[in-house]
Amino acid sequence: MDASLPAHMRPERSFQGFILALQTFWAEQGCVILQPYDMEMGAGTFHPATTLRALGPKPWNAAYVQPSRRPKDGRYGENPNRMQHYYQFQVIMKPSPPNLQELYLKSLAAIGIDSAVHDIRFVEDDWESPTLGAWGLGWECWCDGMEVSQFTYFQQVAGFECAPVAGELTYGLERLAMYVQGVDRVYDLNFNGREGDQKVTYGDVFLQAEREYSKHNFEVADTAMLFEQFKMAEAACRKYLDAGWKDEKREAHLMALPAYDQCIKASHVFNLLDARGVISVTERQSYILRVRELAKACGEAWIHTEAGGAA
Amino acid sequence: MPELLLELFSEEIPARMQAKAADDLRRMVTDKLVAEGLVYEGAKAFATPRRLALTVHGIPARQPDLKTERRGPKVGAPDAAVQGFLKATGLKSLDEAKIQRDPKGDFYIGLIEKPGRDAIDVLAEILPVIIRTFPWPKSMRWGARSGKPGSLSWVRPLHAITATFGPETEEPDVVKFEVDGIATGQTTYGHRFMAPDAINVRRFEDYEAKLKAAKVILDPQARKDIIFADAKELTFAQGFELVEDQVLLDEVSGLVEWPVVMMGSFEEEYLAIPEEVIRATIRNNQKCFVVRDAKTGKLTNKFVLTANIEAADGGRVIVSGNERVIRPRLSDAKFFYETDLKTKLQDRLPKFEQIVFHEKLGTQAERIERLERLAAEIAPLVGADVAKATRAAHLAKADLLTEVVGEFPEVQGLMGKYYALAQGEDASVAAACEEHYKPQGPADRVPTEPVSVAVALADKIDTLVGFWAIDEKPTGSKDPYALRRAALGVIRLVLENQLKIEFNHIIRNAYRSMFAQMAGRPPVIEARKFTWKPEMMTLMSKIRVPRSLELEAMFAENIDKIIDDDALFTPEARKQRIDQEAMTKIREASRRHHYLRELRGLKEVSSELLAFFADRLKVQLREQGARHDLVDAVFALGGQDDLLMIVRRVEALGKFLETDDGKNLLAGIKRASNILGIEEKKDKRTFDGAPDAALYGLDEEKALAKAIGEVKAEASAAVAKEDFAAAMSAMAKLRPPVDAFFDKVRVNDDDPKVRENRLKLLNEIRSATRAVADFSKIQD
Repeated sequence: MDASLPAHMRPERSFQGFILALQTFWAEQGCVILQPYDMEMGAGTFHPATTLRALGPKPWNAAYVQPSRRPKDGRYGENPNRMQHYYQFQVIMKPSPPNLQELYLKSLAAIGIDSAVHDIRFVEDDWESPTLGAWGLGWECWCDGMEVSQFTYFQQVAGFECAPVAGELTYGLERLAMYVQGVDRVYDLNFNGREGDQKVTYGDVFLQAEREYSKHNFEVADTAMLFEQFKMAEAACRKYLDAGWKDEKREAHLMALPAYDQCIKASHVFNLLDARGVISVTERQSYILRVRELAKACGEAWIHTEAGGAA
Repeated sequence: MPELLLELFSEEIPARMQAKAADDLRRMVTDKLVAEGLVYEGAKAFATPRRLALTVHGIPARQPDLKTERRGPKVGAPDAAVQGFLKATGLKSLDEAKIQRDPKGDFYIGLIEKPGRDAIDVLAEILPVIIRTFPWPKSMRWGARSGKPGSLSWVRPLHAITATFGPETEEPDVVKFEVDGIATGQTTYGHRFMAPDAINVRRFEDYEAKLKAAKVILDPQARKDIIFADAKELTFAQGFELVEDQVLLDEVSGLVEWPVVMMGSFEEEYLAIPEEVIRATIRNNQKCFVVRDAKTGKLTNKFVLTANIEAADGGRVIVSGNERVIRPRLSDAKFFYETDLKTKLQDRLPKFEQIVFHEKLGTQAERIERLERLAAEIAPLVGADVAKATRAAHLAKADLLTEVVGEFPEVQGLMGKYYALAQGEDASVAAACEEHYKPQGPADRVPTEPVSVAVALADKIDTLVGFWAIDEKPTGSKDPYALRRAALGVIRLVLENQLKIEFNHIIRNAYRSMFAQMAGRPPVIEARKFTWKPEMMTLMSKIRVPRSLELEAMFAENIDKIIDDDALFTPEARKQRIDQEAMTKIREASRRHHYLRELRGLKEVSSELLAFFADRLKVQLREQGARHDLVDAVFALGGQDDLLMIVRRVEALGKFLETDDGKNLLAGIKRASNILGIEEKKDKRTFDGAPDAALYGLDEEKALAKAIGEVKAEASAAVAKEDFAAAMSAMAKLRPPVDAFFDKVRVNDDDPKVRENRLKLLNEIRSATRAVADFSKIQD
């Protein structure tokens, strides 16, 4: 931890200071610090900087905050730590450096978690994303019995082998910050590190949004429109993929990213429909499959682009 | 003699894989050593979260020299053959070969000496192969090298390999090899946080000691002992008692290299939650032990955690951190439990209509309906109240839809019991909600409360009949629906409760319920989407179409005929000209029969399932020390569907065969069977039918015939009374006349008629003894 920081910027005092500390740390490790992707998504992994960049031979080191939308997890602001919108901090390093575990532990130190007094553990957790056609092996990282991060060595993404393998770290920011700040309710987090009437809490920023979106996600979201949007996104994704091939040889693709945006869109629309309870158990599987097919097709296109490593 | 030290240092290995990995490493290395002629004295393997280690001592420094003889061409063979021989053996000339004489002539013999290699060179060759082919249940690639094909797969990234070899008294050598860019050395590392520096090691002795100094307990058993002893002491000191949990202990010891046991607590209000739920919460999510009050035996608001470090603050932060995690978990559990209590079990049932049990076997609601019917049928056979058994079957699965079971599947059944009691159900109904899943395995308790027994049997038999009917039987090691366990459960329920149940009947009823349900299901294909194509006609002819147009009514009335003998599905139905109206009906029928098509016939299901029970019973009896051939001998009689009677027969048979009478009679029967077998083969006929009394010439024949008649009657009467011991004593009476017969009578008489008659008499012995068992299946 940087001792020269003013009090209101210190990670144990302020949520934004906490995020800045992580960004600074990973910037120093040579990561490009990206800003959140401008689309709604269920997890930081969906960001093209992870999903697509994990594919292909080119090195890639990036870190970013990604707002994650999980419509079903909304609790109208009543639950102390479940929300339909929260932040993930995502790090991806390809190829995975040999000291990734050490780097991770140093990052914890940078946000005020001292491994001399905390019990930090790597507990088996195999990661799989059926919608992304992706899997990897790694751990959930525990701090004093609490899961604070996911640590994954990607083996496959969008149905393609990762060569080389990327290491992915995902920090649940609110949960970690709650632990570091010592609060039991997420809305009590000090957001800006100030005290008195200067203080802004997480609740000041997000509580109203949680209530509004919970109502929207569970009660009001227009399902007829959403079903239509799903179909449109799916069709658009296919269309862009088809149109993106440079020529008949199908050796170079020029539109993987716009197509993938539609895949992200379809995935989020599906999550909204799921939260509205209008998708039956059997249909659910087939929707997941449809998104996976899109993800796979986008992965296929991506590896034929310049950044995806095509010659 | 020299020893090997091998350590594979990696990132954290999943706890559940460590023990097997250590064992695999020991086995693979020692097997290979022995195969290379290096017989060792002892080996031991260890695992921690970050390392697999192996020590093998008493390995010879060199392989023994191998001398083999190679036989060459005949003396005087063509030069090409001689040159080939010299080349293959490495001899300079034939002068170096020996000449050996055998009946076929004189041959050159070449002696090939293969000098043994140094053990360290052999190790350098075998160890990398073992590492590359190590059988991890799941392994992964990592880092820059994973971009190239053929890179190493390991359970998690592998960082260092220590491999040394040498005698105790000297500085050992490094066994030099490289796997995927990792070269062997003598450097390992201590505890991740407390002693992360590099350590130079020589051999196992200093390796283990230096690790300990670097806060790593290498031996998993030692870590378990520490955790167990410290946890007991810690709880005892405060007047509590540790709730022991071997599985959790195994797991926890695989999560730490330096176990430090501490105790935390939670709010007392959470003790209102059922103990099992508290335990599941704390155990599954936090991998902590729970604690009970030594006096009352009840759970207390304490828990025991195992950290991986000696914290600078004595563990204060760690304990409070764990408490902060456990508190909301228990708060969730309490909320779930209280929410669950607000809904009656029966009110949850409609939801089962939406939940598919198995695509071909229908919904959970349909299954529950079948269980109710079957439990009611079984109830009188096991002394249970029909109404209570039906009620129990009605409610038994409802807890699957509760919040608590959704969160902790392992408390299914148990929560059903709590919720049933809470809503005022009869105690036996509540007990059945829990116990109908039992017995879960060979070690699990078998329920004895009749209502539980009825539902437990119904649950298992419905499962077995269902999966047999759709042809999803277990094959080889694949048994995804745990059908073997279900069958063993049925067997144990029957035997341990001494139940007389005719399974043919029960299986039939279970099948019937399923069949009727499927026939009654709404059509799967909507009429407007259904287009009739010529090829469908062929299909229809294959799917047994009822002749009657009043399908529905006929179906209900005739279901027994349908499932028993396919009476309605005659070949004429196919030939019949079908008019337009009939066509419509048939379309309807075909839709219904979409399900029925998936079902195999009752006869098939029933006989296969009984054979499966027999198989399982054999396994069960063999494990209890009974002879499986006796089980075969009883099953060979056919029509055996009463498991209890089968076992009694087997027991009586076993006892009988231990007596002299039994042994001799068996010998006599075998002799009769052998002779019959030979003569039947010779004459290409059997010798069935009653012998002709007029053809008996000798007293021994008459005596045997008489004895057979008596014994047959007596044994059958005893069997009818299920008095198998008496049946066996009756059998014993056959022994003297059988012995006398073989002593005095020549079966193969010159007169073909007499011979035939005597063979028929022998056949009678066989058939008389079949009242109790098929003796030909019994091994000597």
